[in-house]
Amino acid sequence: MTVKARTAASALSRRAFLVETTAVVGGLSLGFNIPFLGAAQAADGAAAEINAWVVIRPDDTVVIRIARSEMGQGTLTGLAQLVAEELQCDWSKVTTEFPTPGQSLARQRAWGNFSTGGSRGIRESHKYVREGGAAAREMLIQAAATAWKVPAAECAAANSVITHQPSGRKTSYGKVAAKAAKLAPPATVTLKDPKDWTIAGKGLKRLDTAPKVTGEQVYGIDLKLPGMLVAVIRDCPVNGGVVKSFDAAKVAGMPGVKRVVAVDQSGVAVVADTFWNAKTAVEALPVEWDPGEGATVSSASIAALLKEGLDADKAYVGNKAGDAAAAIAGAAKKVEAVFSYPFLNHATMEPMNATALYTPERCEVWAPTQNGEAALAATADAAELPVARCDVHKMILGGGFGRRGRTDYVRQAVLIAKQMPGTPIKLIWTREEDMTHCGFHPISQCKLTGGLDAAGNLVGLHMRLSGQSILASLMPQNLQNGMDPVTFQGLNPGGAESAFGYDVPNLLIDHAMRNTHLTAGFWRGVNTNHNAIYVECFMDELAHAAGVDPLEFRRKLLKPKHRAVLDAVAERAHWGNPPPGRHQGLAQIMGFGSYVAACAEVSVSPEGKLTIHKIVAATNPGVVVNPAQIERQVAGSFVYGLSALLYGEITVKDGAVEQTNFDTYNSLRMAEMPEVEALIVPTGDFWGGVGEPTIAVAAPAVLNAIFQATGKRIRSVPLMHHDLRPA
Amino acid sequence: MTTLSVNGKTYKVDVDPQTPLLWVLRDTLGLTGTKYGCGIGQCGSCTVHVDGEAMRSCVVQVGAVAGRHVTTIEALAKGHVLHRVQQAWIDHDVPQCGYCQSGMIMAVVALLKEKPQPTDADIDDAITNICRCGTFQQVRAAIHAAAKA
Ligand code: FES
Ligand code: FES
Repeated sequence: MTVKARTAASALSRRAFLVETTAVVGGLSLGFNIPFLGAAQAADGAAAEINAWVVIRPDDTVVIRIARSEMGQGTLTGLAQLVAEELQCDWSKVTTEFPTPGQSLARQRAWGNFSTGGSRGIRESHKYVREGGAAAREMLIQAAATAWKVPAAECAAANSVITHQPSGRKTSYGKVAAKAAKLAPPATVTLKDPKDWTIAGKGLKRLDTAPKVTGEQVYGIDLKLPGMLVAVIRDCPVNGGVVKSFDAAKVAGMPGVKRVVAVDQSGVAVVADTFWNAKTAVEALPVEWDPGEGATVSSASIAALLKEGLDADKAYVGNKAGDAAAAIAGAAKKVEAVFSYPFLNHATMEPMNATALYTPERCEVWAPTQNGEAALAATADAAELPVARCDVHKMILGGGFGRRGRTDYVRQAVLIAKQMPGTPIKLIWTREEDMTHCGFHPISQCKLTGGLDAAGNLVGLHMRLSGQSILASLMPQNLQNGMDPVTFQGLNPGGAESAFGYDVPNLLIDHAMRNTHLTAGFWRGVNTNHNAIYVECFMDELAHAAGVDPLEFRRKLLKPKHRAVLDAVAERAHWGNPPPGRHQGLAQIMGFGSYVAACAEVSVSPEGKLTIHKIVAATNPGVVVNPAQIERQVAGSFVYGLSALLYGEITVKDGAVEQTNFDTYNSLRMAEMPEVEALIVPTGDFWGGVGEPTIAVAAPAVLNAIFQATGKRIRSVPLMHHDLRPA
Repeated sequence: MTTLSVNGKTYKVDVDPQTPLLWVLRDTLGLTGTKYGCGIGQCGSCTVHVDGEAMRSCVVQVGAVAGRHVTTIEALAKGHVLHRVQQAWIDHDVPQCGYCQSGMIMAVVALLKEKPQPTDADIDDAITNICRCGTFQQVRAAIHAAAKA
């Protein structure tokens, strides 16, 4: 099927539908919506591709290509700002499009890495996207100069207009784009100094807002293709289990049902005309499961497994200095505490879904994915077709948070579509399927032991983590001699990614890997979520034991950049002088290349009701691309982090996840939202991430404030299990 | 056969009257601006107006709205003129992923109809929609701006 034909069908059907609005309609609507047909198509004959990143239309519209996924974090706008800055184009004429991973592969990965996770979208591609914008600008200037028969050096570009400075002649990008597209790119380009930026570095509005307020934005779940059917799946409730048998005949006659199909060994799906008919039938389908070994596992057995790891002899060492055991043994005062952190589900607002159209020659997928290239590989693998005969059309994501870096749902959609060649199949997970099948935030426990000398100085610290490894679940090939280095996020001896902030003379941080039958996954903030609680709540306990103010206790040990963000929040929040009846708590960490800190202000009523009034947060992301979007990411990350703190917990019974929906896995609402003040304190000397770093400091800052308010040390979350009445 | 009025147009739909209104809107009428988030009335992504009142369409059977007026996000703007709540959402750059925002906006429009100048407490009581991206701070600011508009 060619793209042109699809567009025509779409327009025609929409008209036909509109004039027949009072006609009887049943089954699936006939209206089609097929979003962004991909780079090659959008760049129609009249538009000129200057290079992989920049397409310019005769009307001066600038199309900037974005390889990374947009899931709400604002990367699309930030990357466009960086290209536009170097391109010197008129920002009001900028629009964006996503190249497909198939197009990228066909052009020797012209758009680089598509993977969008770890807050890496901007910090890992800023250089080459800016170079793309700069190269395009030089080519446009050269095209104008050639036409005017003047040296390019006499011409300058600003706001999509090229001016020959000696004569004052002017032309626009749209007028010279076709000629510029034929020029060879410059061998080298010079990038602007960020202090001279006029588009990047500014708090510009997002480019993708308008369709999100009118209902016009087409998410993966909204896709409509001609002849499309809808599939709803049930995968074995116990991870690792399989389908023993199912009785398709029992549901074959139900309304709208077209097929009942097996999906790999572990799943079964009903394909029907509508979601509701497919869901109703798949829930009525008699299925016998063989749950496998996981069936004996419960939250209690997992807790016991992790507890054993706290004192196990063998553990992977992530950070070591001096002799922690000896220093603690010889210390004047020893402090010990054990913490724990549960499994969590991402619960993206839009449940997992993917649409696949398979024929023996070709397989096309439309999917909300954080990793277009991985989705393409999964498509080819499931379709058993060469990658060159597959492609993935990335949709705007209704939330990602790490969940959509996985491709399990893409594989399922293709496997279903493969059993119905020529029919587009939209697979939609119910919220219940989504809640129970996930790469969950890993579960862990942690025992911390610290030694203080007579003067209250921290002379030795041992932090023993025991818990699940994400890499062992998702990419065991990346383990290093069995060790999962990602476990030590925020705890590393140094480096530009996630260093431990404290200089402790005798230090040991190690990890006893204890994996369960559940799959662990990357969840916004990843391992910094629990590591920040463990370190920062324990630092508070140590400060208390030493009789030292928690800010001063930390300041003495912190490295300069870590200390600077903590100082920023302490000053702004008037540390030590909260409003009457309110109590404060601090936390800091380095993660995803950025330094962050928070000061929370809470009160706890005599009945134990917690109110989180305000959180002041500081971020040093090095270079700032869009301060307005950073503020939104900080506040948004706190909603996600505080939802986990208050309510988040996935528990296991007979091997299966017990939570099924938002009634048993709650999320923070408007009424619980604290005021968030985001301080951006960039030092300009590095490129750090933004989407994730701050999430980790919300929970420990609040927990430390709760101690100030109640005298209670809460060492396990979520808070809904705790009685917060002052001790 | 159920007859219902959606965004000023009358439809006869041939579906089981127990089908949730949400899925009739999305799959039968093709109005996909209204979102599925939970299906159990918890998240508010599916909020529409029935005779002007905010309802979570995933827990409303289509048979129950026969003959009543349903309004979805698609009909909030009048032609190219956005509703003041939509405009406030743009002015305050509210949406992140945007998936919850159709329901959020429909809930806010209903709130402002009932309480044209809502206090923060009114907002906390009325707006219980889930937003996993965490846009609440911008949502609150935009509600106050829309109330003044
Ligand atoms: S989908 Fe209706 S309230 Fe969540
Ligand atoms: S904007 Fe993403 S869930 Fe609200």
